[in-house]
Amino acid sequence: MSVVIHIDQLTKRFNNLVAVDKVSFDIDHGEIFGILGPNGAGKTTILSMLATMLKPTSGSATVNGMDIEREEDGVRKSIGIVFQTQSLDDELTAWENMDFHGRLYQIPSAQRNQRITELLRLVKLTDRKDDFVKTFSGGMRRRLEIARGLLHHPVILFLDEPTLGLDPQTRNHLWQYIATLAREKGITIILTTHYMEEADHLCNRVAIIDHGKVIALDTPKNLKDGIGGDVVTIRSPKPEAIVQALKESWVSHMEQQNGEVTISLQNAELHVSAIVTLLYEKRIPIDSLAINKPTLEDVFLSFTGKTIREQEADTKGSMQNMQMYERMRHR
Amino acid sequence: MILNVTYTIWLRTMKRYLRLKSRIIGSIGMPLFFLLFLGLGLNSVVTIPGLGQNYTQFIIPGIVCFMVVYTSVQSGIQILWDKQFGFLKEILVAPVSRFAIVFGQTLGGATTAFLQGIIVMVISLFIGLHTVNLIGFLIAFGFMVLIGIAFTAFGIAIASRMEDPTGYQFIMSFVVLPIFGLSGAIFPISSLPAWIVPITLCDPLTYGVEGIRYGLTGISQINPILCLAALGFFAIVMTIVGAFLFRKMNY
Repeated sequence: MSVVIHIDQLTKRFNNLVAVDKVSFDIDHGEIFGILGPNGAGKTTILSMLATMLKPTSGSATVNGMDIEREEDGVRKSIGIVFQTQSLDDELTAWENMDFHGRLYQIPSAQRNQRITELLRLVKLTDRKDDFVKTFSGGMRRRLEIARGLLHHPVILFLDEPTLGLDPQTRNHLWQYIATLAREKGITIILTTHYMEEADHLCNRVAIIDHGKVIALDTPKNLKDGIGGDVVTIRSPKPEAIVQALKESWVSHMEQQNGEVTISLQNAELHVSAIVTLLYEKRIPIDSLAINKPTLEDVFLSFTGKTIREQEADTKGSMQNMQMYERMRHR
Repeated sequence: MILNVTYTIWLRTMKRYLRLKSRIIGSIGMPLFFLLFLGLGLNSVVTIPGLGQNYTQFIIPGIVCFMVVYTSVQSGIQILWDKQFGFLKEILVAPVSRFAIVFGQTLGGATTAFLQGIIVMVISLFIGLHTVNLIGFLIAFGFMVLIGIAFTAFGIAIASRMEDPTGYQFIMSFVVLPIFGLSGAIFPISSLPAWIVPITLCDPLTYGVEGIRYGLTGISQINPILCLAALGFFAIVMTIVGAFLFRKMNY
């Protein structure tokens, strides 16, 4: 596979806050690549630099073989982008928003009309094409923005928090669109998200970002397998006896807390019957037993010692500082 | 290629303008009342010394001018609303020259301002504007377009330095109204106290008002050629300043 995005030691500093800290990775052609992390981790900053909207403080990156600082226009032609906040003209119709984009990107009229028709069909907005965007729901706007981002046939599509603020059903639909797009159009998709399920469900590979640094990068499966596999939790009146009874080779780790025993192991479903049989033989009562497959949330937890939600609460303060600084810089 | 982009931006501005009929009608309210109250109301009380016109005749070019300036500054500030609603990102991330964008925005603003001016002019015909001749109208049109370009660019320049549209009212009250008030739109320059006259002559809009007045009534206190030169110069400078500041505008 060929590399379409190459990032080398990319760094962005706002005043004394390091938003992106020496980030390096490559993205292959045709991948759906996820940048996962809490709000304020630096995901949008990375995306903004790759989209040439923000100048890096140091380091470099190439997009479709072009340098993000020296070949701005070439990079901009190669990418489609769906911003985190909406960027449609409410007072124009869906078709007019598409048409505006097509003209801005110099697509000849016949080709433009044909592609708009085709893309509106793809995102199922054909019957609403002449309606004003201000009458659209959040999900429809997002679909229109995705269609618009594809109009000039970009090599890479950036999606910045594509499902933020959408209801679960709409989110599921959007995931389907995105997966279909990557398959049918063969384009590379890079998305940022702070939804674990989104990264897990959609992405071929995921980079987990925290405090501006890449703390892990792999396929969702490898990331989850890497933190010690599954967890079986048993509630019982005799937790100590369970720890004694289950000293088996396939148990990688055991912990006992508040009448509960958590057992880490690989492929839990294969060992459940053995666990139950062993405990039954030793006459140890079981109140409840649960199997948990690890999520990317657990991966994040194991790398940072915090859940994403806790991390977001922590970074809020520094986010505000950053915004204040941004505002002052404009003056 | 640059023209394509400029045309695209211009087209969007025109679509938005023509679509909102209520806004067009609403924006004509204020100049209409100026015409009625000031123009007709003060006509019998005020005489214009030495110009041989009645006050209605005198004030009509000023009100036309007001409409053009007001609309164009508003159009320039439109980019702030685009920023607020996110659409500016869509424009700024496109692989096109920012000059082409700012040029389209300026022309779009100037066109809407010109059309608004025409509406006021047509209404004036019923209130007491005596037409001179076709050439006179064309001269007035020319000045209206120049004012439109200059003040849309002026609005863009201001908007490029502002964060959000909350300061808009401030700009209108403390920048646009003084420029209008000093321009000799509602009183003749010659009847001002001597110390204000130089300030009036520094106001670029003075030359716009006088130019339109020359076109519409055939009489002006400043030579129309001088008016054309001064206003034209201001329009070019503002376009350059607007383009320069817009180029440095952030997302």
